[in-house]
Amino acid sequence: MTQEMDLNQRFEQYIAADQKIEAKDWMPDAYRKTLIRQISQHAHSEIIGMQPEGNWITRAPSLKRKSILLAKVQDEAGHGLYLYSAAETLGISRDEMLDALHTGKAKYSSIFNYPTLTWADMGAVGWLVDGAAIMNQVPLCKCSYGPYARAMVRVCKEESFHQRQGFQIMLTLSQGTAEQKELAQDAFNRWWWPSLMMFGPNDATSKHSEQSMRWKIKRFSNDELRQRFVDMTVPQAELLGLTVPDADLKWNEVTGHYDFGPIDWGEFEQVVAGNGPCNRERIDTRVTAHENGAWVREAATAYAAKSSKRASSQNSAA
Amino acid sequence: MSTPNTEWPLWEVFVRSKQGLSHKHVGSLHAADAAMAISNARDVYTRRQEGTSIWVVKAEDITASTPSEKDVMFDPANDKVYRHPTFYDLPDEIKNM
Ligand SMILES: [Fe+2]
Ligand SMILES: [Fe+2]
Repeated sequence: MTQEMDLNQRFEQYIAADQKIEAKDWMPDAYRKTLIRQISQHAHSEIIGMQPEGNWITRAPSLKRKSILLAKVQDEAGHGLYLYSAAETLGISRDEMLDALHTGKAKYSSIFNYPTLTWADMGAVGWLVDGAAIMNQVPLCKCSYGPYARAMVRVCKEESFHQRQGFQIMLTLSQGTAEQKELAQDAFNRWWWPSLMMFGPNDATSKHSEQSMRWKIKRFSNDELRQRFVDMTVPQAELLGLTVPDADLKWNEVTGHYDFGPIDWGEFEQVVAGNGPCNRERIDTRVTAHENGAWVREAATAYAAKSSKRASSQNSAA
Repeated sequence: MSTPNTEWPLWEVFVRSKQGLSHKHVGSLHAADAAMAISNARDVYTRRQEGTSIWVVKAEDITASTPSEKDVMFDPANDKVYRHPTFYDLPDEIKNM
């Protein structure tokens, strides 16, 4: 009992002093559980996030665009892997996490349950979705759990090209023909609100936020980050000559921020609950890929066992 | 759905970022054997020329110091300040030592 108190006190001191907690350090159960939930959800989002963009790889308008999109989607796979590894340091296995994803027990970012209908969506996704992701992820580089923070440093380094390539697609389209500009505006219209939802529920209703802030897992509130994203993105949209699909959007002289209209949380809840346009498809695709890969995993395991047996019999013969 | 115990072993990955520097831990990954661990490490951790050499070590083969014994292990060094050059006062005339 007293030992537990000592350990807990030490943990609190570490957090207060902005020292990192490392994998083998003692930590409260709830801290461990929160991290496992958040990091694995984050990993799932990276992996599922490959699908909406993977959808356009074979139809990219040029070889250059195709190479760029491939590289981006491959990066997202990498992000998923860094994050799964970080979660595993907390004592959950990769199989357990994948099971949770495949059976629908685990969540991932609801943004990836929207379809990518046109090539312009590759622009809007990179610009807005990766842009919002960066806004969320940069503070995580300073999160109190060492392995998560280190994974996020790698992720953030790679993300900046993602947003730029998306913006460049939007720029090209918006400077193109009237039809191309219309494609860009249409994609913007469809991705704007879901991107704002990526920051999560309003602070007043966010159920995990407060504790996570105290543990320094989270550094800024959902609403703060969302506001920052709006303030950053509106001038970019103006530069593109696109109209933000929000009649209530206006600059507020007093606060020095943009005011924006109410978010449709009903829609958000529907998508989170599994009723978005692509929830079923995303999980089905993921499960099928996993099942189709089963023979590869088995063959590699068998091959490794055979070669190590051969190596050890050669050693004993020598 | 997936059966447990078929998970590939975990490997810790160390990358030398450039000649002249030592290998540094960058993360971990799963692979069936060492050769696959190296080629996965290349794809996962060096997509942007982050390395000139990779080591992979099976995580289960690493022996680590015990975190709960951190104090016993490292505190004794605390009171041996004379191991640091700043412990010694030198006359002002001595410029480079
Ligand atoms: Fe990512
Ligand atoms: Fe990204």
